Amino acid sequence: MQEGRALSPTQVNRDLLRSILESPKWFWVAVGLLAILVLAAFSAAGLLVNKGMGVTGMNRPVMWGFFITNFVFWIGISHAGVMLSAILRLSKAEWRRPATRAAEVLTVFSLMTAMLMPVVHTGRPWRTVYWIYTLPFVPFDYARGIWPNIRSPLVWDPSAVYTYLTSSVLFVMVALIPDFAVLRDRTTGMSHQIYSVLAMGWRGNARQWKFQIIAGVLLSALILPVFVSVHSIVSWDFGMAVAVKTWHSTIFAPYFVVGAVHSGVSAVAFVMIILRYIYSWQDYIRHEHIDALGRLLMVVATAWFYFFVMEIVFGFYGREADEIAVRELQFTQYPYNVLMVIFAGVTYFLPMALWLNRATRRNLWLMSTACISVNIGMWLERYLIIVPGLANKGVFTFTWASYTPSLVEVTIITGTFGMVSMLMLLFSRVLPLIPLYDIKEGEVLKTEVQIGRRTVPATFRED
Amino acid sequence: MAIRPILGLYETADGAADAGDALKAANVDPRSFDFLTDAPYPEGAFGERPEPHRLYLFPLLGAIVGLTIGILLTSMTQMAYPLVQGGKPILSLPPMAVITYESTMLSAIVFTIIGVVFESRLPRVKVGLYDTRITEGYIGVLVNVEEDQLSNVSNVLSGAGAVDIIQDNSRS
Repeated sequence: MQEGRALSPTQVNRDLLRSILESPKWFWVAVGLLAILVLAAFSAAGLLVNKGMGVTGMNRPVMWGFFITNFVFWIGISHAGVMLSAILRLSKAEWRRPATRAAEVLTVFSLMTAMLMPVVHTGRPWRTVYWIYTLPFVPFDYARGIWPNIRSPLVWDPSAVYTYLTSSVLFVMVALIPDFAVLRDRTTGMSHQIYSVLAMGWRGNARQWKFQIIAGVLLSALILPVFVSVHSIVSWDFGMAVAVKTWHSTIFAPYFVVGAVHSGVSAVAFVMIILRYIYSWQDYIRHEHIDALGRLLMVVATAWFYFFVMEIVFGFYGREADEIAVRELQFTQYPYNVLMVIFAGVTYFLPMALWLNRATRRNLWLMSTACISVNIGMWLERYLIIVPGLANKGVFTFTWASYTPSLVEVTIITGTFGMVSMLMLLFSRVLPLIPLYDIKEGEVLKTEVQIGRRTVPATFRED
Repeated sequence: MAIRPILGLYETADGAADAGDALKAANVDPRSFDFLTDAPYPEGAFGERPEPHRLYLFPLLGAIVGLTIGILLTSMTQMAYPLVQGGKPILSLPPMAVITYESTMLSAIVFTIIGVVFESRLPRVKVGLYDTRITEGYIGVLVNVEEDQLSNVSNVLSGAGAVDIIQDNSRS
C-alpha cells in the first residue's frame, strides 16, 4: 500500500513543519472563534457553581444527564489513540505512520476534556480533590481522616483515567523528542531555546534510535491493557449499579470498549481528513490511509453492532418487569424512540453503507460524513443508556420525571467540542501532528520489487 | 592528549557505512565513532556495534513498585477507616485488584519512560559537535579521537566520500 510519491527529508521537514514555521492567516481567526465557545462554557460552569445544580435540567430521578453522557463520549474518543498507535505499531502496519501522532494527541485532549465533565457535574468542583487519592497526603476529608472508598466504581474510574492520561502524555512526549530536535535545528531565538530544552540534547545516534523504537513497542504493549481497562471501568460505573436495571449488565465492559474504539477511530479519520485539507498534506495523508481506516471501521462497527444487539436481546429475553419498562421507554416513547431510530441509523447502517464501497471510502466528503455520523450516533448511544435508564418510573410516583437539558448544559457541552478542536489547532501550531521521523523511516524502508513483468511497491520490515 | 570530535557528513547510507568500514580498517576503536541520522535505520545498517542495554528491567521494577504501592494504598486506607458496607469485608479483593492493577501499570509505564531516557543517555546538556543538515537527511559519522589523529581520521572520512567534514563547528 504505497500510492504516494517519494519524499526527500528536506521536503518532509518543509511540508510537516509548515503549520509551525508559517502561521496561516485563518489560524488565529479559527482559534478565536473556538475560544469564544470555550469561554462561554467556562462562564456557564461558573454560573452553575455560583447558583447550584438547579440551573441544569437534572432532577430526581435523572441525576446523570448531558455531563455524564459527554464524559463517556470523550473517554470513548480517547480510545482512538491506543487503537491506532499501539495496535498498528505492534502489528507493524505500514499505514499507521501519518495517523499515530494525531490519534495520540486527540487521546490526550479528549481525556482532559472528559475529566472536566464529572468535576463540573459535582457542582462543587473543589470537593473533587479527593479523586487525587494516589497522593497519600491528600485525604478526602482532612478533618476526619476519611479516605476515598475503593469499593466504589466511582473511585476506580478516575484511577484508570488518570493512569491512561499520564501514560498517553508520556507516550506522546517520548515520541516527540526526535521532532523537537528537528524544530531546534530550524528555529531561532526563544523558540530555539525552548525546543532545545525539550529535545534534551538529542542527536539521533544509533543508540538513541534503538531505544526510541523499543519505547514505541514497549509502551504500546503496556498501554494496551490500560486502554482496555479504562472503558471497562467506565462501563462499571453503570454495570455495578444494581438499582438501574438496564445498566446492570455483564456485557457492558466489552460493549463499551468496542463502542469507544468505533467512535475514536472515526474521530481520528475525520481529524486526518481535516488536517489533509487545512495543511495541504496530500502527500502524507493519502486516500489509501483513509481507505484503510474505512476498512478497519467496518470490522469495528460490526463488532460493536453485535454487542449492541446482544445487549438488547438479553434485556428482553429475561422478561424482568423493570428491564422491560426501560426498554419500552427506549423503543416506544417519544423522544427516546425517535432518538433510538436515529442512533441505530447513523451509528451503523448509514456509515456501513458508505464504507462497503471502495470508491466511497476514498471520497473524503463521504468519509467525513460517515465519521461525523458515527460520532453523533455514539453520543446518542450514551444518552440513551443513561437518561431512559434513570427516567424509568419507580415505586414512588414523586420520582416520576423526565429530563430536558438546560441552556447551561448545552453551552458547556458545546464548549467541550470547541475546546478539543482549539487544543488540537494550538498543538499543530507548536508541534508536528504527523511524526516526521516516522514518515522518514517509511521513506528509508520503501522499495520496489520486480514480480514477473510487474514492479510492485514494497516495504522492508525488520523483525 | 585531548580527545577531539570530528564529524563527516554523507549523502547516502552506503557512504556512511563505507566510512565506518574505513575507520575500522584504520584501527579506530568502534566505540569512539557514532552514526547520526534523522530517521531510524535498521540495526546494523552502518555496521555499527551492538548496543547492550537493560531497558526491560525498568518496566519490571516499575510494576513491582506499583504493585506494592497499590496493595498498601488500598489496604491501609480501608483499615484506617474500617466501615463495613453491605456486609462486605473491609479488605475486599475485587476492588483492591482494580486499583492495584492501575497503579502497577502506571508505575511500569513511568519506569519505562525513565528507562528509555536513561538508556538513550539523555538529557545531554550540550549537543556537542553536530550539524543541522543531519535533520535534512545527511548522515553524520561522528568520531572522537586523540588530537594527533584528527588529520588521519579526516582523510579516512574524506576518502569514504564525505561531502563535508567539520571539526569543533568549523568546517575544514
